[in-house]
Amino acid sequence: MKPGETAVISGFTDELLAAKLLEMGFLPGTVVHFNYSAPFGDPVCVNVSGYDLSLRLEEAATIILLN
Amino acid sequence: MRRRLKIALVGKPNSGKSSLFNYLTGLKQKVGNFPGITVDKRTGSCRLDEATDAEIIDLPGIYSLYPRTLDEKIVVETLTDRNGADYPDCIAIIADATNLKSCLLLLTQLVDLGLPVVLALNMMDVAARSELSLDVKKLALQLGLPVIMINARRGHGMDQLKRQLAGEVKPSEKKVFEAANGIHESLMEIQRHFNLATGYEAFQYLQQSDNMPFLKPDDRAFIREIAQRQNFFPYKYQGAETIQRYAFIQKVLDNVIIQSARKDWNGATTKLDRVLTHKVWGYVIFFVLLFLIFQSVFAFAQIPMDAIDRGFAGLSSFLSNRLPAGPLFELIHSGIVPGIGGIIIFIPQIAILFAFISLLEETGYMARVVFLMDKIMRKFGMSGRSVVPLISGMACAIPAIMATRTIENWKDRLITIFVTPLMSCSARLPVFAILVALIIPPERVFGLISLQGMALMGLYLLGFTAAMLSALLMKAIVRVREKSYFIMEMPAYRVPKWSNVGITIVEKTKAFVFEAGKVIIAVSIILWVLASYGPPDAMNGARQAVREATSGSGISEQAYENRVAAYKLEHSYAGAIGKWMEPVIKPLGFDWKIGIALITSFAAREVFVSTIATIYSLGSTDDNVTIKDRLKAEINPVTGGPRFTPAVGFSLLVFYTFAMQCMSTLAVVKRETKGWKWPFAQLIYMTGLAYASALLVYQVLA
Repeated sequence: MKPGETAVISGFTDELLAAKLLEMGFLPGTVVHFNYSAPFGDPVCVNVSGYDLSLRLEEAATIILLN
Repeated sequence: MRRRLKIALVGKPNSGKSSLFNYLTGLKQKVGNFPGITVDKRTGSCRLDEATDAEIIDLPGIYSLYPRTLDEKIVVETLTDRNGADYPDCIAIIADATNLKSCLLLLTQLVDLGLPVVLALNMMDVAARSELSLDVKKLALQLGLPVIMINARRGHGMDQLKRQLAGEVKPSEKKVFEAANGIHESLMEIQRHFNLATGYEAFQYLQQSDNMPFLKPDDRAFIREIAQRQNFFPYKYQGAETIQRYAFIQKVLDNVIIQSARKDWNGATTKLDRVLTHKVWGYVIFFVLLFLIFQSVFAFAQIPMDAIDRGFAGLSSFLSNRLPAGPLFELIHSGIVPGIGGIIIFIPQIAILFAFISLLEETGYMARVVFLMDKIMRKFGMSGRSVVPLISGMACAIPAIMATRTIENWKDRLITIFVTPLMSCSARLPVFAILVALIIPPERVFGLISLQGMALMGLYLLGFTAAMLSALLMKAIVRVREKSYFIMEMPAYRVPKWSNVGITIVEKTKAFVFEAGKVIIAVSIILWVLASYGPPDAMNGARQAVREATSGSGISEQAYENRVAAYKLEHSYAGAIGKWMEPVIKPLGFDWKIGIALITSFAAREVFVSTIATIYSLGSTDDNVTIKDRLKAEINPVTGGPRFTPAVGFSLLVFYTFAMQCMSTLAVVKRETKGWKWPFAQLIYMTGLAYASALLVYQVLA
């Protein structure tokens, strides 16, 4: 994903992390908007379920997107 | 007889929880500790109505009952320990109306626990501005609990909330979450065994009995046995639970949201973020802010610090006129009063620094700093969240180390705790100031940049560099298998609430005064004893010896008394230790006189200056110019040249930059790491680093 893009979440690859991501509003079927990334590309800031969250790339990588 | 209710305040971080707490309790709050652990427990009392008082407990901000940080664990414990001292009669949950969805997750969990809950809906004004409106009555109906609209920033809706809390709050009858069929039997078994009110509470016992320290070992074994039989492991059902809850929440929201928000309601935040997290401007702005903060800390703190200094000097001389002479007087006059003074003098700097830090947090900027710095800090084995403790460490390591509790990952947190004391704190400043003035000429380069100022800045940079390199070293040594999370909310920018800033200042300063205070006073008394007592023969002969040495030189009475004081210090136990350790510190260019100052400044660095003043027979002066001139004139008996050559000066500076000379920091590290292992490691590492670097500097320069 590139900054400014929008995608739909379909699932997670890491069960442990998934519990935390779900709590924060990363639900399968919801829309994530990639707001911007920090300098050096990591971490990233996304908008999901109506608010802005930041997470590291390695964490973001466990989210499976629907294309 | 007035009723006294216990009310727990819960909610997501950034939802206005502390503002609400401050409104309800005003200044009638106290910070204590939860038993057994070191999480701050903020409680306060509040009068709900004519017949009812409430004790309000402010629980740490959480997103769900599944904790991520040390702070968050306490919430599960408090809400599940029915016999605990803090088990609430009623819960007030605060939710941010602009982002109701994620706030309701926790609420549905509390409902399933069968707890009586009141929902305080905050930020309705912000929601309204973005054209989001809610049907609050329907929301209350759908959730089965009272909903009160409040404005925590302005204090609107407080009376309604208090009235609601004073009245009878019944638990909601809704059941949101049904555990999977497979574990139903096990849950029933746990529920029966512990006599629990709800199946969900049993589910929590099964999920996280580790976070419930009130359970007895055989109870724990009972749960473990069930978990094993079920092939159950934590996290297994958490994802499914969350999805089930959000499905319920979505249904509720579909019914209550009358008009949904415009997508760009936080447009200003997005625009600001573009600049503040820019790859060039983001850092430029951050460093300019840092620079301005430190400039103001030192500029604004100077006046109150001078006043405190004069005040304590006045108190000392007042006491010497009033109290009868004797050991007790000496203890109060030279031990306790300067000890307390040494703590109070740092209050202005610490208060001002925390004013700025809390301001940055209130506005939402701190989250951007964490975001900006995370990648860089990770290279050094820390996390973006380590930035705040490291910056605070430049005022005082004690509140800084306490601030590391927001770091979820144990390894990141440990490394941050370990290296924070290397950041040059304000207690090093008096030592730096006098030594820099001694060895660096007061000249300016290009008529602008002061050489002394440059040297001082260089010392701060040296401390910072050492902190980062040590972190790198720790990263390689410490092995901890624990997943680190960085999922963090980026709150919208907002105008800070000044009363919150004020309360933070008071809390942090109190933490410093009481944490550092008790250790500093205890150690200053011990050091005072060491420095004032010695083998009786030598001590009693002090006057005699000085008289003989100075007879015929016609020195004044004052100078004579100062000589006696110096003689006594030389022959005291501290002096004996100083002389005994002279061979060890000689390679660093130090003599036994400096050795004595090293010992007395072990409790707190700033004592160096007053010890030097005493030992060079200056009496109890704090006047830097006097001390500087005296030190300049000091002759090294071996070389015949000046004692404080640049080599010795630099060696001392480097030593003070690195050495762990702060008992209070060690005490706090012990408390935060729950053992003596890390404070000892820190003491040995930092002293070793200080010794080796000072040795290197002296041997190269001399």
